[in-house]
Amino acid sequence: MQSLTDRKKVVGNKEMTFKEKLYLPAIFKGMGITFSHLFRKHNTLRYPEVKREFAPVYRGQHVLKRDEQGRENCTACGLCAVACPAEAITMVAGERQKGEEGLYREEKYAEMYEINMLRCIFCGLCEEACPKEAIFLTDRLVPSTFERDEFIYGKELLVEDVNLRIDITKRQLTGKRTEK
Amino acid sequence: METSELIEKFIVIVILFTVSLGVAAYATYFERKVAAWFQDRIGPDRAGPFGILQPLADGGKLFFKEDFIPEKAEKWLFILGPGIAMFVALMTGCVIPWSTALEFGENIVEMQVADVNIGILFIMGFLSIGVYGIMIGGWASNNKFALFGAIRASSQMISYELAMGICVITIVMMTGSLSLKDIVVHQHGFWADGYFTWNVFKQPLAFLIFFICALAETNRAPFDLPECESELIGGYHTEYGSMKMGFYLFAEYTSLFISSAVIAVLFFGGFNFPGMDNFEGNTLALLGIAAMFAKTFVFIFLFMWIRWTIPRFRFDQLMHLGWKKLIPISLINMLVTGLVIAYCEGWFN
Repeated sequence: MQSLTDRKKVVGNKEMTFKEKLYLPAIFKGMGITFSHLFRKHNTLRYPEVKREFAPVYRGQHVLKRDEQGRENCTACGLCAVACPAEAITMVAGERQKGEEGLYREEKYAEMYEINMLRCIFCGLCEEACPKEAIFLTDRLVPSTFERDEFIYGKELLVEDVNLRIDITKRQLTGKRTEK
Repeated sequence: METSELIEKFIVIVILFTVSLGVAAYATYFERKVAAWFQDRIGPDRAGPFGILQPLADGGKLFFKEDFIPEKAEKWLFILGPGIAMFVALMTGCVIPWSTALEFGENIVEMQVADVNIGILFIMGFLSIGVYGIMIGGWASNNKFALFGAIRASSQMISYELAMGICVITIVMMTGSLSLKDIVVHQHGFWADGYFTWNVFKQPLAFLIFFICALAETNRAPFDLPECESELIGGYHTEYGSMKMGFYLFAEYTSLFISSAVIAVLFFGGFNFPGMDNFEGNTLALLGIAAMFAKTFVFIFLFMWIRWTIPRFRFDQLMHLGWKKLIPISLINMLVTGLVIAYCEGWFN
């Protein structure tokens, strides 16, 4: 019968020749291959001393950004929490009081903002959902700890320090952000 | 035996013991390094420069582990198993001639613990006792995986010892002596009477078979069926932990060292090296030690090279190779050797 795709191969179970039955030529060939690996460049990085360079779009630990005047961008709209497929984000909104204009950019802000790093799948949908450019994923790794509670990151870990800004310009240049 | 002679032998024994253990310990390190190189990795490099303290760290770890004996195990046999394995592995080293005699003033120190006139028989005998360590350990564990490993070890040893013995017989026929020292001296130098003196050039087939059998006897890949991590979770030492486990591993690497040395002695001229007639006395002895160890290390590397190249045999393939291939080939080889010797001695005239 003619085959439909013409892609099938006839596999023969043919008798081995004497040379193949000896196995020795095949063994020597294999040993030659392994020996050639002795002189190859190894792929291992000595991790704590040398770190692998991340791609510019690497999705690691989140950061909550501040604007140029050091005010928090987040307005607790909840879009990130809605977008999150792992339901890792939770927040409580608060109203900005008089005298707090230097702390929060708009009248509404997140009193509490938590990301459960064990639930998070680092998909970056929160970043895409955010209308205020407040949340970004960075090239930092979430460090391991011994307790489950310690993986729930609050604002103290997520919001960037005024003096120690987290650079996300690479991400803005290479990611989808450029189109916005 | 005089006291001075006793002391002299004692010193040689202690040195041999230390060297065997040292080489075995560093063989574990070297094995991991070689494996890493073959797989484009770096290997252990954290303990000390280039990781050379790794064997000490491993040994220390094993000593501090809980010395556990399973409830249903035969307690004394469980302890005896690794003991036998270690004892046998260390004993075989004592008949190997490491070099010619060293001279200290008037004292002549032989670089061999005992020149037994049946040296090669002694080694074959101890190698076959070695399987008892594995069998007893595997049986005493009262674990089906361990038992499987032990059964495989014993059947494998029996099948491969035959071919190995026949290869040794061909060498003995050519030399006319069972003493390892005589076998080495018989291969003096490198080139004589228009041909190589080393046995490997006269008996390449015997060497090949002996080498394959040595792989099987030391339970090394591709014949590591008694261990077989993937099927038998460690085989005969499944239930072992702590230093008892360490003894098994140590015994394995010691016998790797001794097997390499035996191959070097039987087929590669032992302490002989090309141009050895230009030296004499202590220089010759020291160079002889260097040559002997160089050959041994080449074989240790070869063992490792094979381990990281060839996958494990299936058990029926192993038996098939042993009984249906190696034994008939080595028998024919022995027969042909005998005929050639008889012809050379003028039996057919």
